[in-house]
Amino acid sequence: MKVEIANLTISFPSPQGMSQAVRGVSMTLGAEKLGIVGESGSGKSLTARALLRLLPPAAVVTADRLQFDGIDILKASERDMRAIRGKRAGLILQDPKYALNPIMTAGAQIAEAWRNQKKGSAKEAMQAAIDLLAQVQIRDPKRVAAAYPHELSGGMGQRVMIAMMLAPDPELLIADEPTSALDASVQAEILRLMEDLVSRRGMGLILISHDLPLVSHFCDRVAVMYAGRVVEELAAGELVRAQHAYTRGLLDCLPTLSHPKGRLAVMSRDPAWLA
Amino acid sequence: MSDVVKRAWLLSDAPTSRSQAAWGRRYRLWCDFSSNGLAMTGLVIVVLLVLCAVAAPLLAPYDPTLQELANRLSVPTAAHWLGTDELGRDVLSRLLFGARVTLGMVIAVVVTVAPFGLAVGCVAGYYGGWADTILMRVTDVFLAFPRLILALAFVAAIHPGVTSAVIAIALTTWPPYARLARAETLTIRSADFIAAVRLTGASSGRIILRHIAPLCLGSLIVRVTLDMSAIILFAASLGFLGMGAQPPSPEWGTMIATARRFFLDQWWVPLMPGLAIFVASLAFNLLGDGLRDVLDPKQR
Amino acid sequence: MNGRNGRLAGTAASLLLTLFGLVFVTFFIGRVMPIDPLIAILGDHAPEDVMARTRVELGLDQPLVVQFGLYVWRLLHGDLGRSVMSSNLVTQDIARYFPATIELATVAIIVATLIGVPLGVLAAVRQGSVIDKVIRVVCLAGHSIPIFLLALLSLLIFYATLDWAPGTGRADVAFEGMNPVVTGFLTIDTAWAGDWDAFYDAWAHLAQPAGVLAYFSMAFIARMTRAFMLDALAGEYIITARAKGLSALRVIWRHAFGNIAVRLITVLALTYAGLLEGAVVTETVFSWPGLGQYLTVSLLNADMNAVLGATLVVGLIYMALNLFADAAYKMFDPRVR
Ligand SMILES: Nc1ncnc2c1ncn2[C@@H]1O[C@H](COP(=O)(O)OP(=O)(O)O)[C@@H](O)[C@H]1O
Ligand SMILES: [Mg+2]
Repeated sequence: MKVEIANLTISFPSPQGMSQAVRGVSMTLGAEKLGIVGESGSGKSLTARALLRLLPPAAVVTADRLQFDGIDILKASERDMRAIRGKRAGLILQDPKYALNPIMTAGAQIAEAWRNQKKGSAKEAMQAAIDLLAQVQIRDPKRVAAAYPHELSGGMGQRVMIAMMLAPDPELLIADEPTSALDASVQAEILRLMEDLVSRRGMGLILISHDLPLVSHFCDRVAVMYAGRVVEELAAGELVRAQHAYTRGLLDCLPTLSHPKGRLAVMSRDPAWLA
Repeated sequence: MSDVVKRAWLLSDAPTSRSQAAWGRRYRLWCDFSSNGLAMTGLVIVVLLVLCAVAAPLLAPYDPTLQELANRLSVPTAAHWLGTDELGRDVLSRLLFGARVTLGMVIAVVVTVAPFGLAVGCVAGYYGGWADTILMRVTDVFLAFPRLILALAFVAAIHPGVTSAVIAIALTTWPPYARLARAETLTIRSADFIAAVRLTGASSGRIILRHIAPLCLGSLIVRVTLDMSAIILFAASLGFLGMGAQPPSPEWGTMIATARRFFLDQWWVPLMPGLAIFVASLAFNLLGDGLRDVLDPKQR
Repeated sequence: MNGRNGRLAGTAASLLLTLFGLVFVTFFIGRVMPIDPLIAILGDHAPEDVMARTRVELGLDQPLVVQFGLYVWRLLHGDLGRSVMSSNLVTQDIARYFPATIELATVAIIVATLIGVPLGVLAAVRQGSVIDKVIRVVCLAGHSIPIFLLALLSLLIFYATLDWAPGTGRADVAFEGMNPVVTGFLTIDTAWAGDWDAFYDAWAHLAQPAGVLAYFSMAFIARMTRAFMLDALAGEYIITARAKGLSALRVIWRHAFGNIAVRLITVLALTYAGLLEGAVVTETVFSWPGLGQYLTVSLLNADMNAVLGATLVVGLIYMALNLFADAAYKMFDPRVR
């Protein structure tokens, strides 16, 4: 499995002409863990969703290359795309409160994903859903399978999301800020679970977040985005050697216990970064 | 200022004054609105309609009450563009004067209903508690009635005519406005800026009048415009059933009611006022639809 | 459990209040009427002593509060008074006319739903396309056209010009009263009796008024469906469903439509209630012997008992439908259940 993105541009029509939200992003990914970091509105989600062609209808996409395992996503038919979505690549969204269908039980939603790829009876599918729930370390999978999303906590909901996306055994998992809506105490747990499952299955992972240290802890490589561009791409261990002023600024803003500072630095933005 | 400069000033991303920001916002709304062909059609028809009503005495080729019994139920001719009715009166002239009755009724209903509903809704939403419970129960009672039937019973009980029709329509039209204003108030009430205003010591009355009511106006205007068409149809239905304006008033619904018996042979006689009602109500619907897309995009 | 009981009590209380309001308003309308109910009953020239006696019999000499009490008391015993025009009990009249209205409104709402819902879904899925605009105009026209104009046009075209449909009324004179009344619905009673000519005739008569009403409510249903669907399709869970690789049909019908179904039931209930009202005008044009026509004829003859009785009955049905819509929410929406 190999993902290739070269010079990806995503724009939206506005009264003053087209406005570019993603501007010439390039990256490649194999069976590894890539983190994408950047502030809100920097184009992370759009980039990730472009891979599954799940962008808003108004979006205009151009790219020199946008490929999933040799399949040209810009040209693929809707049917080919459906073979990628779910089956080969899963997408986990930020807030399970909105990302799960409120009128279907958790079990039914997972079973639906399983059944969509592995043809089987409704009963088998429900059993598979319960097994999957156990795999994401839910203690009482039967009860959770019968629960509606509003009856689940955020952490539980996100486990259901993960179980649902892992159901068809995909090769790539895209997680778009999977823990931003969760309590701090649950965040690490969910990330560890995801990392564990991904490593064990030898999958690729794109982890989107605005938390640079967190991402570098879980990923092999980190891409830093700012205003629709990738401004820097580094191996996770080399964060201290970051070149770009924006990345440095992000790192300087963090409080640390080892070197306490009297006053935290404030990011000062250089208009030249936009160029 | 040239047009290009003016446009750039209006569309500036970084307005330098409050009025520039406000006018920029209005200009953008106008751009949105005017790019919607259907809505613009509605606006043009509504404007024409108002002009026709205002200038009816100047535009009408005949006196709308002038009877020409020798020339009854005539087909449209050069002399009578839309034909004549069962008493030989000129249909076009009657339609023009009828626009006054119809628009007059609509305006009378709207100016009573909108402020009243707004007041009830804002008070209920802002104070909550008992005031809310009582006001909303009363609203529910009126909502529980089939509107047309309540209006019919009411008009029949007092006296059929334009005034009682207006009262009856108003009586059955206000509840949704109260509901709407209450819902808006509930969301605004807990906003931080209301808390800030309250901290400065503003009275409840002032908060409702100056801060909450103006914010409810956007959705209220949309609702009013969309309702105009419903009111036109409502008034016409009352007229058609003999419970609205009474003959010889040139109210459109009443005209159809009196001409109805000829519709199999002289079908154009009742058809003309029917088309007038349709066009007027369609125009308000188109206008309201366009306004909603612009002013209230979340509830298309 | 406690919260649930509390909610039930609240619902019951508001229901009673609304009911009280309904009764009060009809009573009030009955009193403000300038026509002396005695003259309506006895005529202009009844002798003084008969007038006085009847006044006492009807409780009209009592204070208003007592009169209201009497009114409620009679209502509780199912007494809506006697119609001056038909000199039947109003309840009997209503029982006779009501099935015709229900038959009309039911057929209309079924047709309107079967057409309106798919149109609304289609418009939402193809938002902004030509088909969306066409549907929008068709619906706006349905909202804007006076129902009596539509009815007259329909008669002019399908009856007078094309001669496809029979004229006004509910059945041909030849079939009038030929079959026993079982349900009161001619379309069912004729089939029950196996009288297929009358069956065909009943449907033929029903087609025009039902079609007119159906267009009128179809416009509303399609419009609401479109708005709800746009709302649902913008949900994050739609992205999730698509990311699972589901087919477009499944995403639209199972996930998006599934989420609006309950809200749609509410709209359908309210539309049905609105149809009972739309029937007033339609029945007048088509001489359809239903409650709407009964109401208008009574109105024009100042037959106030009949008017108020019919108003109250339609009001009650309105309330019941509202209640049903509420209950549907509580039954089918897991978030409220
Ligand atoms: N439907 C849309 N219409 C117009 N602009 C959009 C739309 N969706 C996203 N954008 C623009 O794209 C930018 C990047 O969005 P996104 O990728 O969601 O950012 P993030 O990095 O927070 O995930 C946003 O700032 C917004 O301006
Ligand atoms: Mg995002």
